[in-house]
Amino acid sequence: MADRILMKGNEAIAEAAIRAGCRHYFGYPITPQTEIAAYMAKKMPKIGGVFLQAESEVASINMVYGAAAAGVRVMTSSSSPGVSLKAEGLSYIAGSDVPALVVNVQRGGPGLGGIQPSQSDYFQATKGGGHGDYRMIVLAPASVQEMASLTMKGFDLADKYLITSMILADGTIGQMMEPITFEDSEPTVYEKPWALTGTECKRPHNVVNSLYLKPEELEKKNFDRYEKYRVIEENEPMWEEYMMEDADLCVVAFGIASRVAKNAVAEARKQGIKVGLIRPITLWPFPTKALRAAADKVKGFISVELSMGQMIEDVRLATESKKPVSLCNRAGGMIPTPDEVLAAIVKAEKGEF
Amino acid sequence: MKTTEILIAGFGGQGILFSGKFLAYKGLLEGIQVSWLPSYGPEMRGGTANCNVILSDTPVGSPIITAPGVLIAMNGPSLQKYVDAVVPGGQIYVDSSLIDAKVSRDDVEVFYIPATQIAKEQGLSTLANMIIVGHLLENHPELSFEGTAEVVEKLVPPKKAALKDLNMKALELGKNYNK
Amino acid sequence: MATVFEKPKSLTDAPFHYCPGCPHGIIHRLVAEAIDELGIEGKTIGVAPVGCAVMAYDYFSCDMIEAPHGRAPAVATGIKRSRPENIVFTYQGDGDLASIGMAETVHSAARNENITVIFVNNAIYGMTGGQMAPTSLPGQVTQTSPYGRDVNHCGWPIRVSEMLATLEGPEYITRVAVNNVKNVKNAKKAIKKAFQNQIEGKGFSLVEVVSACPTNWGMTPKQALEWIESDMLPYYPLGVFKDRTEKGGCAQ
Repeated sequence: MADRILMKGNEAIAEAAIRAGCRHYFGYPITPQTEIAAYMAKKMPKIGGVFLQAESEVASINMVYGAAAAGVRVMTSSSSPGVSLKAEGLSYIAGSDVPALVVNVQRGGPGLGGIQPSQSDYFQATKGGGHGDYRMIVLAPASVQEMASLTMKGFDLADKYLITSMILADGTIGQMMEPITFEDSEPTVYEKPWALTGTECKRPHNVVNSLYLKPEELEKKNFDRYEKYRVIEENEPMWEEYMMEDADLCVVAFGIASRVAKNAVAEARKQGIKVGLIRPITLWPFPTKALRAAADKVKGFISVELSMGQMIEDVRLATESKKPVSLCNRAGGMIPTPDEVLAAIVKAEKGEF
Repeated sequence: MKTTEILIAGFGGQGILFSGKFLAYKGLLEGIQVSWLPSYGPEMRGGTANCNVILSDTPVGSPIITAPGVLIAMNGPSLQKYVDAVVPGGQIYVDSSLIDAKVSRDDVEVFYIPATQIAKEQGLSTLANMIIVGHLLENHPELSFEGTAEVVEKLVPPKKAALKDLNMKALELGKNYNK
Repeated sequence: MATVFEKPKSLTDAPFHYCPGCPHGIIHRLVAEAIDELGIEGKTIGVAPVGCAVMAYDYFSCDMIEAPHGRAPAVATGIKRSRPENIVFTYQGDGDLASIGMAETVHSAARNENITVIFVNNAIYGMTGGQMAPTSLPGQVTQTSPYGRDVNHCGWPIRVSEMLATLEGPEYITRVAVNNVKNVKNAKKAIKKAFQNQIEGKGFSLVEVVSACPTNWGMTPKQALEWIESDMLPYYPLGVFKDRTEKGGCAQ
């Protein structure tokens, strides 16, 4: 078995990307994700890769757009305010159906906000952010090991579906160190006949484009793309269930919030409360089936979030509001304590949501 | 099941994150579960720094420590801030050359070590943190002193090889303090 | 029968959508001829802007991508850094390159990114219907400067070539025009050189082409070409502003 090594979450993303065959990184410094850029700056020149610090987030996402169109595995990383700047490029990448990996190590907002961990970019990541009808696959790691495994998975999904995969992490998971193992494996290589490689005067020219001035054409593009999204919704949701077998209460939490929630669930179990946890690993596609199944068994849900309550809307939608959902949250860079989550569980146990 | 939650706090520049890293690597070497979580951001530049280290037989849940089993306080404000958070029966390590105050709680075990002064006397000026860590290891047989050289080897970059011996010396001084 | 005139291979059969008298057609042709003559059609990748030339991807027969407004140099950077063996060019207007995309322009020049930039300066936003551009002249009447560009209110037009030539980074910065046969010939030479530089790995080469917009200037094509001579060229003089290889460092 591969060695256990200690790594920061941000570094794990960078190393995993390299192992996934990514040789092109374009980014701009911002706390708390700069370790990713630093790692790439150090490693890429030694392995024939490209690290380029762009003049802005806007430029970096467009460099990603160009590189993705040229057919290489490419990524950028940033934190909340920087991701807002990337929104334009994310929309073009979606509209042109090219694959890319984008990392958001979230910090508190809105505006310049703070630099402490947050999950308040949930809406931005799962509902759009940029203009137009589009989706990104949103992966929410809850450990350093998952920072790596979901990065690798994200590249594969992006190439498979010609879509952006976003790693939606937070400052805590980015900054913390945990043991991690990398299994030796060769990255999957996907054929990219649509890529800009030069025609060699042997084929018609490839065009990467999101402009369709005829509304009928643009409509068809959108419908076709949503058919692809439907397939992703069918095949790709990922989630973890913890102590759900006999649960009559369900905590829903992702990322760092799920780690805190797990402690609280374990403590509540000691007190005889039958509570479990569903941890969405993909935020889009949301694990709707798991939530819907839980809604038939439990008497209510508690959404634990580092935001003013964003995922809670998807919990309500997924469960068709069959059961009450309460919110246990902190915001602005604060993280709920296990005791705060436990208190919400105890309240819910009494039927107070 | 045994879980040790260690909170290390002090000024930036006292090696707070480094000593946390040392403990995390020590845990890794012992084959147990570990997490290491630093405070980050501009307050690290010469302000207060702290570091959460969890060592456990079972997978670590939240990496954030709200009630440490062990507190290492490297300055007065840190002791004041965290003294009441320590769980009853827990341990507090105080750098008594920088902190005059005494811990008034009687439900915790307190170790007063003039680490900064010892470090200065022994020519180990920046290694007061490792003196305290040495003493902590001595008090925690589950971590054991064995293998520390290997961890130091891993953590000290080759460019600063001279620091390896100094780190080992500091750890030994801590181990033998008060013997 | 001998062929005396034909369409360059690097242009597709799609008819241009440009207005009557618009020099974009000439400039497209000059770019295509340069690509043909250098024999690089099979490995060239073009970046279309947002602006009148937004559909350039339909006109050039090489691989093409359509960039967000002003971001063509960043997109070109991503392509060139992924495929250094390919030839990458951008084709941008004044609003795209000198207003919303100024940061991308300046920084790709500063990095001496090995790309070719064709910058069409006609002192107006054409596609959106004739608004004031960063290169509109003092006093120039546009839809958004209906009383003439007031420099006390909205500042002075930017001389892009002169500005970029102050940078250490770029290899070749030149300004040409397409208002008469002699100037068109010189423009062709400059464009070809800008591609040749890239082939030789010399770095960032930008050709500013002073052009016309009869429709939005409210002139006949002939008047528009005369206005280039009488009004634009005094503010935007032609010449080579930087050619590191030929002259070493900054010229003029």
